[in-house]
Amino acid sequence: MITIDAKNTRFDSLNETIRNSNDDVEIVNCLGQRFIGAGLSNKSLTIKGTPGNALGAYLNGANIEIYGNVQDAVGDTMNDGEIIVHGSIGDAAGYAMRGGKIFVKGNAGYRAGIHMKAYKEKIPVLVIGGTTGSFLGEYQAGGIIIVLGIDSKKNIVGNFPCTGMHGGKMLLRSTCDKISFPKNVNTRAATKEDLDEVITYIKEFCKCFGYNESEILNEKWTLVSPDSNNPYKQMYVQN
Amino acid sequence: MYKEGEVRIPSGCAISAVISRYGNKMTGEKIIESMIPMHDRSNGLGGGFAAYGIYPDHKDEYALHIFFNDKYRIEECERILKDNFEITKAEIIPTRKIPEITDEPIIMRYFVLPFASLLKSLQLDEKEFVVRVVMKINTEVNGAYVFSSGKNMGAFKAGGFPEDVGKYYKLDEYEGYAWTAHGRYPTNTPGWWGGAHPFGLLDYTIVHNGDISSYDANRRFIEMFGYKCTLQTDTEVITYIADYLVRRQGLSFEETASVIAAPFWKTIKNKPEKEREKLKYLRMVFPSLLITGPFSIILGFNGGLMALNDRLKLRSMVVGEKDDKVFIASEEAAIRTMDINAENIYSPMGGEPVIIKVKEGKY
Repeated sequence: MITIDAKNTRFDSLNETIRNSNDDVEIVNCLGQRFIGAGLSNKSLTIKGTPGNALGAYLNGANIEIYGNVQDAVGDTMNDGEIIVHGSIGDAAGYAMRGGKIFVKGNAGYRAGIHMKAYKEKIPVLVIGGTTGSFLGEYQAGGIIIVLGIDSKKNIVGNFPCTGMHGGKMLLRSTCDKISFPKNVNTRAATKEDLDEVITYIKEFCKCFGYNESEILNEKWTLVSPDSNNPYKQMYVQN
Repeated sequence: MYKEGEVRIPSGCAISAVISRYGNKMTGEKIIESMIPMHDRSNGLGGGFAAYGIYPDHKDEYALHIFFNDKYRIEECERILKDNFEITKAEIIPTRKIPEITDEPIIMRYFVLPFASLLKSLQLDEKEFVVRVVMKINTEVNGAYVFSSGKNMGAFKAGGFPEDVGKYYKLDEYEGYAWTAHGRYPTNTPGWWGGAHPFGLLDYTIVHNGDISSYDANRRFIEMFGYKCTLQTDTEVITYIADYLVRRQGLSFEETASVIAAPFWKTIKNKPEKEREKLKYLRMVFPSLLITGPFSIILGFNGGLMALNDRLKLRSMVVGEKDDKVFIASEEAAIRTMDINAENIYSPMGGEPVIIKVKEGKY
């Protein structure tokens, strides 16, 4: 593994060094450099600091682990690989993500999982340990979003979740009593079978961040899925 | 060159701020540095800073910062100034000549006090009087533009990247208890010195990332109250809205936020009764001041800052703190540049104002 001190380094030269390395890469003193690991397929990156926007955009199989917070648009249109964040993430995480997994210990900003999609075996997964901002899963077309709300006193998601959602599913570790969902989705208490379908992702999350799996599972969960009878009714356009 | 209305430039921006809750002074060095990791959010067509508490020797006078296209405009403008103000000091704002900043206008600073006799005969309070003179110069003197007009504060802006603009104006030599900064990526109007942020009127300044879609509705309303939108840029109208609501209508900053980033009716419906009635009232009285479209703004004023996102939160904004300081920026990296150990980093919700005031008596 090579170590790069990113202090005072521009994003383009940093990314070029990463691309040209035949080895795994550790970045220290990372501060705001954007597009890190864009399109990367065959490496592991470890980042210490605060990477810039669009971390792991178009990621194509590489693994990225970040010790710090992550800014906006992490995993934009990512295709494959894993992003593990030991902190919180900004807005629009996993934008149009089409494969791979993102695990976040902390909270997510607005529009997490916006327009995630899936096709056959390509099923993207986004797991948030804390809570999320408004518009979670906006226009979600596929894939799985899991929100755990660990140690949180706030609502597990902000306002207007699932606006325009028409595919995929969401599992929220809460009864969601105080949350109003739009008419284009159905919500119900999740069963053991529902949780069994995503258990591998919950296990992986617990392994990443050192949580006890049975404590995480042992809560009331809500399953959200699109109402296929009314697929496109949404807040911006009534049709 | 083409100015507003003659050209439309399609296209982002960077904002950053720091304030000491105890009024401790900081030089401009850190706020300039904070713009470096966000360099690529700007395109070199405008950068600027607002600094509060920088003129303690003239703290009771209005500090007018004025751009002049050429020296002939100075005479014309000074005639208006002398008719209305006692000028205690007039000087060229000191700058560093650097290759990154070119095409500079003449940049002057005047410390002024309105004539008491004029205030009396016009029956105007001091601030309203100053606003009227600023509007007069900006609309009637072609080639002169007042870009800062508050007490014990100042805006500094230019064409260029913000970190170069800071260096150009020697902001490392000023000391203030609060700073805001902006890097511009002009979206609709050409980048020229007057169009750079912050926009200021009296001590209210705005730095803004976004592109509001309600500009014309807002402009038509605010121009009924004597404000003149000379630059066709959305940030200018936000500045006037802030002045109108806070100074003229006497709204609190929280209430001002509830007007310009009013919650959806659906959200209001679910609020407790007292809050619901108030939000309803504000939306119904000031419907034309609702600002729609993406924005994150930082409003500076004497003694504090307010940060606000549009209600849909279509632009990013992060807040952090360390000891007496509070930081606000488009990106966490900017905050960590100012203090690597900044704590309690969070993103406010859309429409949720973050208001930080300096302890009374400390500024």
